[in-house]
Amino acid sequence: MELSDSVAVAQARTGDSGAFRVLVERHSRNLFRLAYRMTGHQQDAEDVVQETFLRAYRQLSKFDDRASFGTWLYRIAANCSLDLMRARKRRAAQTEPAGEEGAPDPMQSLPDPAPAPDRLAMSGEIGGKVAAVLDGLSEMERTAFVLRHYEGMCIDDIGRTLGVQPNAAKHSIFRAVQKLRRALEPLVSSAS
Amino acid sequence: MNHLTEEQFVLYYYGEGDGSPSVRAHLDACEACRAEYASLQRVLNVVDSAPVPERDAKYGAQVWSRLQPSLRWNSPRGLSWWPLSWSPAPRWAAAALVATLVVAAFLAGRHYPKAQSGAQTANAGQVRERILLVAVGDHLERSQTVLLELVNARPGESLDVASERERAGDLVAENRLYRQTAARTGDTRVASVLDDLEPVLLEIAHGPDRLTPEEVENLRQRIEGDGILFKVRVVGSTVRHREEKAAPASGQTGQSTL
Repeated sequence: MELSDSVAVAQARTGDSGAFRVLVERHSRNLFRLAYRMTGHQQDAEDVVQETFLRAYRQLSKFDDRASFGTWLYRIAANCSLDLMRARKRRAAQTEPAGEEGAPDPMQSLPDPAPAPDRLAMSGEIGGKVAAVLDGLSEMERTAFVLRHYEGMCIDDIGRTLGVQPNAAKHSIFRAVQKLRRALEPLVSSAS
Repeated sequence: MNHLTEEQFVLYYYGEGDGSPSVRAHLDACEACRAEYASLQRVLNVVDSAPVPERDAKYGAQVWSRLQPSLRWNSPRGLSWWPLSWSPAPRWAAAALVATLVVAAFLAGRHYPKAQSGAQTANAGQVRERILLVAVGDHLERSQTVLLELVNARPGESLDVASERERAGDLVAENRLYRQTAARTGDTRVASVLDDLEPVLLEIAHGPDRLTPEEVENLRQRIEGDGILFKVRVVGSTVRHREEKAAPASGQTGQSTL
């Protein structure tokens, strides 16, 4: 019989590695989808999935049994994604001068925030354009929008997840929607 | 008749806010707003077409196999299904070592620049300064996360801070080093905020794993009353701004402060 999340969490807390494995195997694909939407890069999304489970494992004793384990994981993943996007942005800004000195800069290998041309071609014009607009949002706008639009999280929860006031989360979503509208409306209008 | 705003459309689309019946009534009555809302709906509906690479059914097992060795090294309190045959150095020691290396590299470069040409010295100085700025920026961001966890705790409830305690322990050692470096290089603003931050981090690191509602409230009042979180945010943002400014400024002499 399949273990429910709450039973698996309870067993994992007592030291049952098999129970934690059940949770990892059950939630990995959804977490990857969320992390990919947040970061826009497969490798980053893989890292976020890994880091999310590590943090969840370390904080398992803090998990409130009355809450949904999946939602709790999503919150951790959202914060991991946010941390990663911020770090990537900061590091990307550091690359130029080191390159000028002639030494290869490992940070140069960080992914380009713009979507690759093959991704645009493969995904179709509108899908590619959506990805490009999402890549152009600020980290906060993108995270708040992804949590609201794709994950159906309410604005209050988004605020709590991101450690900001609900109003700030709401305005991040508004700005994201405005940017999406500006970029996509001409395409959508011409297609309809 | 006042038309609906874009914000009202967005909240209505997502079923948020308490104005849904009035928005619905307005949409029924107003053709212009109906058209505007339909346009927003079309855009938000196509957003779902953004491609996401699929992972197959074996993906969870692959994640587990990558994760399992890391869990061995991060055995949390109360979870001990992988007994360790030896104890690795405490995490705070590793964090302090990294901070020490960053600071040592920065200070060594400042005191022994003579073997390089002028341009090389300036460039190397900028690189060192940027590395230090990134490290201090990260430190302030991680400190902010710990403080936020306490400030955002539900009033009247006890709080499990085992994880924050552990992180605060890591941060204390780093904080001390960065504060001393900032004071030494004359960056009084950064030194001052790190000076304010240190006692709070120490209090968290040396406190219990679970705080009573009163202890949470006392800490919250201390963090908010002294404006520590605000200062950490402001200085963190200034440091990040300086990082960004320092990055493209090749060919100019690096500043001597943090």
